[in-house]
Parts: sequence; C-alpha cells; structure tokens
Amino acid sequence: MKPATEPRSVRQMRILVVDPASGARQTWPASALPELLRSGDLVVVNDAATLPASLFATTESGAAIELRLVGAIEPQGDRVRFRAALLGSGDYRTRTEDRAAPERVSVGDTLSLAEGLVARVLGVSSFSERLLDLELALARAPAHAPAHAHDDIWAALYRAGRPVQYAHVPRPLALWDVQNVWAARPWAVEMPSAGRLLRIDTLVALRRRGVEIVSITHAAGLSATGDPAIDARLPLPERFEVGEAAARAVLRTRARGGRVIAVGTSVVRALESAARVSEDGVFRAASGTTALLLGPDERRLMVDGVITGVHESETTHFTLLRAFTDRATLDSALAAAERDGLLGHELGDAWLVWGDSRGVATAAVAPRERVDVPVQCASSAFASSATFAA
Amino acid sequence: MDIRNTGVLVTGASRGLGLELARALARHGARVVMVARGTRELDAAVRVARDDAATSGLGGEAHALAFDVGEKEAVHRIAGAAGALVGDIDIVVHAASTLGPLPMPLLHDTDCEDFERVLGVNLIGPFRLTKALAGPMVLRQRGLVLFVSSDAAVSAYAGWGSYGISKAAQDHLARSLAAELDPVRFLSVDPGEMDTKMHADAMPDADRTTLARPADVAARFITLVRTAESVPNGARVEASAFAKEEAVR
Repeated sequence: MKPATEPRSVRQMRILVVDPASGARQTWPASALPELLRSGDLVVVNDAATLPASLFATTESGAAIELRLVGAIEPQGDRVRFRAALLGSGDYRTRTEDRAAPERVSVGDTLSLAEGLVARVLGVSSFSERLLDLELALARAPAHAPAHAHDDIWAALYRAGRPVQYAHVPRPLALWDVQNVWAARPWAVEMPSAGRLLRIDTLVALRRRGVEIVSITHAAGLSATGDPAIDARLPLPERFEVGEAAARAVLRTRARGGRVIAVGTSVVRALESAARVSEDGVFRAASGTTALLLGPDERRLMVDGVITGVHESETTHFTLLRAFTDRATLDSALAAAERDGLLGHELGDAWLVWGDSRGVATAAVAPRERVDVPVQCASSAFASSATFAA
Repeated sequence: MDIRNTGVLVTGASRGLGLELARALARHGARVVMVARGTRELDAAVRVARDDAATSGLGGEAHALAFDVGEKEAVHRIAGAAGALVGDIDIVVHAASTLGPLPMPLLHDTDCEDFERVLGVNLIGPFRLTKALAGPMVLRQRGLVLFVSSDAAVSAYAGWGSYGISKAAQDHLARSLAAELDPVRFLSVDPGEMDTKMHADAMPDADRTTLARPADVAARFITLVRTAESVPNGARVEASAFAKEEAVR
C-alpha cells in the first residue's frame, strides 16, 4: 500500500467504512465522519501528546547513536526515567532495519545528549542489548537552582529531542506535526495517529449530533526499532489510564444502546485492558501497564468500532482488527482501500471498522491475567535494572 | 473555577503581574508552570512561588520553564513539558508581553520588524500557545484562558501604537475563541496601571505612588478565576471590578 509521505490536512484525508454486519463498504471524505455516527454513540480518543522521542547521543567512547524513547518508567518521583531503544549512527533517511548496529553500552555507562543532558544506563534488557532503562539528568546541574533540576531536564529533553521520523516521509516532522488537537500529557512516543482525522470542528459537529466524546490516555509506543529481538515483541507493555469520566461515559453509552467508537488502536487496547482488570466484571476506571494484544483469539468486550490507519496485513495492527471481524472481510476491505487509492502508514487515510455480530461479550469479562502476566514477564526480563549506577 | 489541585500555566511569570499571579495561584493550591525567557530571573521567581505554596500548605506547586513564547519552536515544547510536570492544564494566563523598542516610538516611526516582534510576542505567541493548550480543554469541556490586556487596547495614546494594536487584537482573539469554543472560557482582563518594570519602561516619570501593586491586582484575579463562570464568555473585564481575594495564610 502506498504510504502518505507528508502531513495532510483533514480535507485531503478519506475514511473507508467497513461494516461486516451489513456487508457495506464505502469510502468517504474524512470530513463526513460525524455523519457516519449517530446520536447516543460515544467517541473515545487518546489524549496523549507525542514526545520528542528521538535523541541523538554519543557513548562514553564517542560513538554516535540514536536513542528512541519507548516510554516512561514508573514511578518517577523526582527522577526522569525512560526505557529506550538504541539505534546506530545515521538518521531516519535510512530505514531502521538497515541502520548500522549501535555500539554496545553497559549498566553504569553515561550517554551524552544535546542541551547538556546525560542519560545514565540503569538496566539492559535480557532479550536485547539495545533496550535500556535510562535516567536523564543534566551534566551540570545549575548551581544556583538545584531544586528545579526536574523542570530543567524536561525543558532540555524538549529542546534536544525530535519526533520519531519515518524513512518514507522526506521532510522532517516537527513537534507540531505529530500532536492531535486534544494532546495533553506527553505519554506517547509516536503519534496516536488516527486522531489526525479529527479537528476541533469535528468535535463540535459530533457533539451537535448528540455524539459524546471522551478521552483516555495511552502511551502509544514505537512502531519499529530495527532490532529484530525488540521488534518481535512490539508493542512492548504500555501505560494506560481510563479515568472516571471515560468509564462513566462508556457505561452510559452501553446502557442507552449507543456504540463505543475508539479513535485508534491505542484506545481499543486501553478500554479493553480496563475491562479485563475489573475484578467483578463491571467496567470502571483503571490504570496501569498493559501488554494486551487483541486478535482473533482475544475478542473485544467494550468497543464496537475502531477508526484507525490503513495498515498492511501481517502487522500487529492488522491482527488487532481481527478482534472486530474476520480475516476475509479485512482482506477484501484492504483490497478495496488499495483500489480507491487510500494511502497507508502514520500520515495516511483511515478506515472505520465496525465489529461483527460475534462481537461484544455480555457476560463477565475475561480474567485479569490476560493483562498482567505479559507485563510481569517483561519486567523480569530486565537484568539488573534495579541497580542504579551513579 | 476551582484553583486548588488545578494545573495552571502562566507566561511572563518571572516578574510583575505574571509573577504575582503565579504566586497567588500556587498559594491557593494550584500546580503552576511558570514560563518566562530569562533563566536567572525565572529561577528566583519560582523559588518565591514554591515558598508561597509550601507556606500555605494547600498542596500547590511551582515549576519553571525557560522559553520565549514569541518563538514558534517553543510553543509545543512548553505545552508538552508543562503537561509532563503538572498533568492536564485547566487554566492558562497569558501575562507575557513586550512594549517593543524603548523609548516607545510613534507608530509611523516604528520599524516594521519591531512591529512584527510586538505582534509576535503579544498576539501570535498567545494564539499558538492557546492552540496547543485549549484543545484538551474543548475535549474536557472545561477550562479558562485569561489574556492580560491594557487600557491601550481600547484608547489610542501616542507611542503606544504597536502595543495597543497587539492588545486590541488579543482582546478580539479572546472574543473569537469564546464564540467558537464555549463552554471553555476566554476572557481579557485589563489589570489597570501597576507599579511594574513594564510601566517604568513605558513611563519612567510616572508617580509610582498612584500605581497599584501587582500583588493586589493578582488578588483580584483570584476572585475573577473563582467566579469566571459568571462572566460572559469572551468579555473584556477590568480587574478593579473584582474584590481582592484574602491571602491564604
């Protein structure tokens, strides 16, 4: 599928509606989105802002590397700690899988970044030497203001970092190119890009139509690192938070017979994770870290439809959609998207995939182990991450 | 709006009204991000605000981000870092502004580049920052954006052209956003004449005893914030119309 190679306005974007129940399939301008929904429906968006997650650095021996933040390590306290993937020298113009391997780093090493930032290596993953736990600090904390080091680290991170770039997008993406209009706390390391379809006027039109809109926060992760050992495990466990307002809106919507529409797969994963951590089967506010992967064997419980970028089959993204409908329906929709000239990848067009009738469970939700267990595995896979080497 | 436990961003927070607003909000329990250009001055300002927050014991916080709101590159850096430091931001106060070159030239004598710089800091900067920060407010259907205005936005005075034009446009920015994004609230506030560095820069010969203290004006802003829902959205108000909130001890 042909990728979109630059950010486009909503006016240029299109959305393919796939409704397995009726068999309907039609491409609309993205601006028609409000007309595709009805009064009583609920649209759930991911309000995570996108971090400048790509940081150039040098190792102690002076080798050039790139760090790509994977996500914050909780709890932070006064520290600024991130898990990060290591890439070799070069930049986004080379596809990640073709980049040179980075120099090996060890626990206790200090990596030097721009803007006076340093990253101390707290831990190295047991499954990839290129997956690190880092603590950011200023090389020289200003003597006149030690109490503000935490603020200064964040300011330096925002000055030093750039958004993760893509080999198929020639013009570098700026920080404002990768923010949704509702972006709030910076949890995502790549843009929750389905939100590109909506502007403020879309929110206004949806509300006028009687559609509710609410947000969750989900730390959308890296799409690729170039390291097969890491890439095979993507998405890595991600932070999510479904607040009281979102939980109440979901319950209210289901009670009135409305549909829950997720804008982006990150929203699906957050809502479905919240549904699975409930002890008693009642959907309520939840937060934590999730490694939940949906697919043909892990069906959706709470979400009736998803708006998401059009991705090729054989991606985890595509697999998630099989929690909504079967392979044959998706394959033929993908073929229709190609025929209609829809563009793929992060800056591309979208489809709205409605769940088929086998969809949403009405009985008690699945056991919480589905969410928790993979996370515990991932944590224990980190060697010596508890040892902080000063 | 409630102030306690609310995420707030104040620009121009290293001195004058911006500083006093940041202090008063932190004292009332807000988590305040203070934005200003000068690192050293801002450091001193945030220390004072932190002490205020600690003294009142309402859980307020003060954070410092040294950025120039007139720079395009800075805007999403400010918004992102502020979100990391205090979470969702429900109140924004645009207090940063520039008079342009001193002494203030007649409008016709003003270099176009200086005029652009004044509009950049006083109008385009607040527009960009509001774009970055008001979107989540629209989603949550709650939030307050205050623009610090001036008498010069309404009346024309010799030498005040660039500044007055920028503030008149900023007033209309608030009205326009209010017309589109209600129930998120946008208000312009004329603080009146205050004893600040900006006032001294503009009118070095003024009798300072006739000028209001920024801390007293900030106390009126606290009342305005508390009662913002009862003010017509988009309105231009005068700070003197609001009572001084009692200081938190």
